[in-house]
Amino acid sequence: MHIDTRERNYIVLSVLLMLIFATALMVSAFAYGIQVPVPYERVDPRTVATPGASPWGNPVEERVRELAPNKYEAYILAQAWVFLPNKITIPKGSSLTLYVTSKDVQHGFNIQGTNINMMILPGQVSTLTATFDKPGTYNIVCNEYCGVGHQTMYATIEVQP
Amino acid sequence: MYKTSDKLTAWYIGIGMAALFVGGSLGPLQKLEHVGINLYTALNSIGLASYYQGLTIHAVLNALVWTTFFIVGFFTFIIPRSLEKPLTMPKLNGLSLILMVVGLVMAAIPILMNLATVLFTFYPPLKANPFFYIGLVLVVVGSWVAGYGFYATYLSWRKEHKGEQTPLIALGSIITMVMWQIATIGVAIELLVFVIPWSFGLVAGTDPQLNRTFFWFTGHPLVYFWLLPAYISWYCMVPKQAGGKLFSEPLARLVFWLFLALSVPVGLHHQFVDPGVPQGWKIVHFVLTFSLFIPSMITAFTVVASLEIGGRARGGTGLLNWVRYLPWGDPSYAAQNLAMILFVFGGIGGLTNASYNMNLAIHNTMWVPGHFHLTVGSAVTLTFFGIAYWLVPMLANKPLWSAKMGVWQAWTWFVGMLLMSNALHIIGLNLSVPRRTMLGAAPYAATDWQPMLIEAAIGGTILGISGLLFYINMMGTVLQKKRLETPIEMPVAEVYHAEEPVPNWLDAWRPWIVVTVLLIVVAYGPVLVNLLSNMQLTSPGFKLW
Repeated sequence: MHIDTRERNYIVLSVLLMLIFATALMVSAFAYGIQVPVPYERVDPRTVATPGASPWGNPVEERVRELAPNKYEAYILAQAWVFLPNKITIPKGSSLTLYVTSKDVQHGFNIQGTNINMMILPGQVSTLTATFDKPGTYNIVCNEYCGVGHQTMYATIEVQP
Repeated sequence: MYKTSDKLTAWYIGIGMAALFVGGSLGPLQKLEHVGINLYTALNSIGLASYYQGLTIHAVLNALVWTTFFIVGFFTFIIPRSLEKPLTMPKLNGLSLILMVVGLVMAAIPILMNLATVLFTFYPPLKANPFFYIGLVLVVVGSWVAGYGFYATYLSWRKEHKGEQTPLIALGSIITMVMWQIATIGVAIELLVFVIPWSFGLVAGTDPQLNRTFFWFTGHPLVYFWLLPAYISWYCMVPKQAGGKLFSEPLARLVFWLFLALSVPVGLHHQFVDPGVPQGWKIVHFVLTFSLFIPSMITAFTVVASLEIGGRARGGTGLLNWVRYLPWGDPSYAAQNLAMILFVFGGIGGLTNASYNMNLAIHNTMWVPGHFHLTVGSAVTLTFFGIAYWLVPMLANKPLWSAKMGVWQAWTWFVGMLLMSNALHIIGLNLSVPRRTMLGAAPYAATDWQPMLIEAAIGGTILGISGLLFYINMMGTVLQKKRLETPIEMPVAEVYHAEEPVPNWLDAWRPWIVVTVLLIVVAYGPVLVNLLSNMQLTSPGFKLW
């Protein structure tokens, strides 16, 4: 098959470009730890919010725990149209591991201005860890359509100086 | 000779355009809502219940109905002409039209009654009226039946032309239909096996992660179902309109085969941030999506080279000066060339979406509608407008009402889309503004979003005006009394190096089908087996609108 030399070089260059991009992304994922959510746990959305049945059934104020100094975890339940707890307060420099599930429909979970962006599905637990070095208020916004009140669904993370 | 198929084509594209008119009209309203001009309250009186019902109408009619009807209609027109042979089983193609129309009506009624405000992705466990899903199935099945009509015509052509290469227009069209046939198996399983019985209440629960995975099995190749008809026009028709020749035909054929093989096993790149999909398979699909970028890169080179031949033949010289000599006064040409330019940005943005962990920065933000308004909303839709500028006059046997208005339409679309998509990309990436959200009513909306939202609203309004220009021109063309003086011919580009033979493996179905099926089995088999064997039908339905 005849291919024009210029077009052949261009194709080779395109392939090389893709290889460079893909390599850079894999380095960012595995050497720098910028990771996407991976399977963690299955739950039953019908009973997950039942008191005592799971961490998401605990009283709201007990769903954020300090595991060690500057190391926190939060069990957040998404439902139409709130995140519970809807306010998390942590000191500057803390790492926060999030475990989020839904008891009704699909939701989104995006901490604005960070790389934390996950789909929240009933029956699945989405988890990622973020470190907050800058003090301030971070909005957690639901970014998947979940009914007519979708635009009101958000929560905040208060990072104290 | 083509009377039956032409009549069918007129129905398909007429219905498609009517759908786009309704769906498109709602577009500017969304962008105006974001800057505080809420016109939805005014529309309550005519039965529009919410922003999200409007968004569902916009998405279903534009992304599913307009595209599918136009594409099937376009193929019904170009396949017989490319093969120089009327449809062998025209009744099959007629049945396809009936199925698609019945499906459209069946899905439209619950949408208009606010019983299916689930957007075009209809993610369970949001639960719509069952007839919404059945209607969608019928539209897809109707498009399959159209495909069977095309295959029958093609097979009978093969019998009559043993040893001949399939003409490129027909080959590209048939490959697109076969790819679509394979790709839509995903959504067919999702709807027929899981969602429809569940929406009727026959099964109590469904598994949202599994349903999403079947949806995106179809959802990404859907993009190529939209795009490949535009590629057929760019490769095989636009060079002729520009006075050029198709620069490298063998590569054009290779590109269509690569899209057959690679369109499906990439769907997980829509699910990078899903909790239930294993990491390894996300990476496999990420790499396959990157490989899918190569045929589009080849297309960029070949099409531009083909146009350059035209620009130079028309007197252009210099490194780039030939661009000015292209037929910019022809609305069909101008629209499609501008569509190509917008697609460059759409393609680069798409590569970002597919970039594994980089997806975290833009998933479900305004970046995404910014992206797909450049692809399906411009590369595809503006190209289809360009095609309509010769196809509708040819079908109606009447001249285009106003070429000047057509050129204005193309440029206003180009400018409107640049403004809107630029703004949406920026607020999505930099400010994480969510998509699919009634931002004017969002308590977390920030003042620093406003400048870009205003730019998007201006762009959206210009797009609305541009759309109106298109419809005025189409109505003017069809309703005028004037007849065509010189008949219009379907543009078919000659091949630049016609003396060089195309190798046989570029006209052989068996190896490519084998590769296609193998890639799907390898890339999707283990994921689906895993999800199916761990399936938990625990999600009851919710109607939250």
